[in-house]
Amino acid sequence: MSAAIELRDVRKSFGRTEIIRGASLAVQSGERVAIIGPNGAGKSTLFNLISGRFGPTSGEILLGGRPITGLSPFEISRRGLARSFQVSNLFTRLSVFENLRCAVLWSLGYKYSFWKFLANLRDANERAEEVLAKLKLERRRDVLAMNLTYAEQRALEIGITIAGGAGVILLDEPTAGMSKSETGRFVDLIREVTVGKTLLTVEHDMGVVFGLADKIAVLVYGEVIAFDEPAAVRANARVQEAYLGSMLADAQAAAAAQGA
Amino acid sequence: MAPNPARRWRDRLGRFKGGRWLVWGLYALAMLVAPLLFTSSLSLTMLSQMGIAIIACLAFNMLLGQGGMLSFGHAVYSGLGAFFAIHALNKISDGSLALPVSLIPLVGGLGALAVAALLGYVTTKKAGTTFAMITLGIGELVSAMSLMFPGFFGGEGGVSGNRVSGPTVMGISFGPQIQVYYLIAAYCFVATALMFAFTRTPLGRMLNAVRDNPERVEFIGYSTQRVRYLAFVGSGFFMGIAGGLVALNFEIVTSEVVGASRSGAYLLFTFLGGAGFFFGPIIGAVLLVLAGVLLSELSQAWLLYLGLIFLLMVIYAPGGIASLIMMNLRLAAMGKLRQIAASYIALGGTALAVLLGSGLMIEMVYHLQLNESLGPTMRFLGARLDTHALDTWLGAALVLVTGVLLFELVRREFARQWGTIHQEIEAEAQRAEAGA
Repeated sequence: MSAAIELRDVRKSFGRTEIIRGASLAVQSGERVAIIGPNGAGKSTLFNLISGRFGPTSGEILLGGRPITGLSPFEISRRGLARSFQVSNLFTRLSVFENLRCAVLWSLGYKYSFWKFLANLRDANERAEEVLAKLKLERRRDVLAMNLTYAEQRALEIGITIAGGAGVILLDEPTAGMSKSETGRFVDLIREVTVGKTLLTVEHDMGVVFGLADKIAVLVYGEVIAFDEPAAVRANARVQEAYLGSMLADAQAAAAAQGA
Repeated sequence: MAPNPARRWRDRLGRFKGGRWLVWGLYALAMLVAPLLFTSSLSLTMLSQMGIAIIACLAFNMLLGQGGMLSFGHAVYSGLGAFFAIHALNKISDGSLALPVSLIPLVGGLGALAVAALLGYVTTKKAGTTFAMITLGIGELVSAMSLMFPGFFGGEGGVSGNRVSGPTVMGISFGPQIQVYYLIAAYCFVATALMFAFTRTPLGRMLNAVRDNPERVEFIGYSTQRVRYLAFVGSGFFMGIAGGLVALNFEIVTSEVVGASRSGAYLLFTFLGGAGFFFGPIIGAVLLVLAGVLLSELSQAWLLYLGLIFLLMVIYAPGGIASLIMMNLRLAAMGKLRQIAASYIALGGTALAVLLGSGLMIEMVYHLQLNESLGPTMRFLGARLDTHALDTWLGAALVLVTGVLLFELVRREFARQWGTIHQEIEAEAQRAEAGA
């Protein structure tokens, strides 16, 4: 069986600086993977390469066994890969409901049609309402996205990402900037809306990493130095070497908290 | 038990739908009875031009308001539409084209659509500033070409035609202006309805999404370039309809219809009317004709006044007249309009003083610069004024300065009241939210 998403020796340079230096990774369908690594390791760049925001300098990226290297974001999105952003990226002057409805239109085959009324697209409206309910934003249905609170914007960000029903979901620091209690609720929400999907997330919060992921990929200086179950990653000598500092302590503290 | 918010929303929507039929009915009624109320030939001319301008400004706003695309050369599409239409009309006249004259605007529309499909391919490759620059360039290009190809554009004299050239159907020959007016009104109503309908379709909504956040649009499966392109072509079609009506209305099309000043007028008045609301450009179009016909009669310096008004709107009410109306309707609905009514009167009064002072000075400068041969005295609002006397100037300056100072004072007080009222509304909304 081919992997849901596979990277083969992917490299990316900006000018003369190589940010991603031969990253390889194969995520099986239905796996939940957290990508961790020190700041500047290239986690966000990796997401940008997979989702088509940038093209890789060399190497190959496959989605469900088919190459997507160099395709534009909308082509990759049509093949069933959706991503969220670290800084909320919403349709600010549209209501919450309209944001979600926009996000479902393509997947339901409405394309660029201008001969159908949105109000009559029962499946699109139902799907948008359904996502709205999952996000628990029903009461904010008709509020403009720009007027939402920070936590609500983060939720809508996830909502737009999953609304189209993509099989592979990339979440870029979904809980960034949230308080502890919000983060806890948010992890539950993410787990709920991504059931049965392949999930890749970039995360700094180790609590979130252990709460969400079955496997962890460690990215250091543009290379995946480890990709395994959490316990194995923690025991990995190269990871420990790379993480001698804060991250390891964080991880152990979080693990202890989980165990207690 | 408190009603569930979703249902409450739908109830409100239901009521709003009834209101929508009412609004459309009134819109049609206004167009039907306007020539019965304003019967002079000048007003009929103006009403005809308004109908055309409404189509053009709404079409322009498909890009500006709905898609966030600022086109500096949109007269290209209305102008070329007008040329296609006048050539088609002449073909009907010489018998080589069998087409009812009433369908001429469609020829303009389809012709402009074809041009937009071609030029739009280049234009919509980029968004934002680049888009604006390309439209400016294409506008200049077509404008320059209009003098290079006299065969199509008719050179300096333009191309003229005769709309009374088709067969007379049920007494309609399009000879009398009133018949042309009703043809324009019919096109205007249908075009408005179609453009409104467009805002409620998947493509129309994605166009809003592209305006708000083009980057995210790419990540939900849509090509922003394709969305912009399709909207551009649609807008070009309606611009061409307006152009075709121009050809029928004036029976002459000169190269100035593709020019930059026409493009500028669409932009200016669409903005003035309010790009953020669907009906904003309709207000803008009415003002466009009023300014072009009446204001230009009133004063030689009308473009200067227009520039001043535009400047003040951009600074103080960037949402245009439509947003001012909507904000005040909201206050009225909340029963709070009375709280600031006094401030409005004060604002109006001081604004009038500013207008009087500045108008007097502008007119005197114009008189001195352009009408010196007529002697130093000038008529202003019925009074005879000596433009060489120092006290006339001092008086005007005094009125202006006092007006500006008072206006600023009143404006600050108004802004304070406005803020307080909106805080009250916000607090009430939060209470309602908590109670629901």
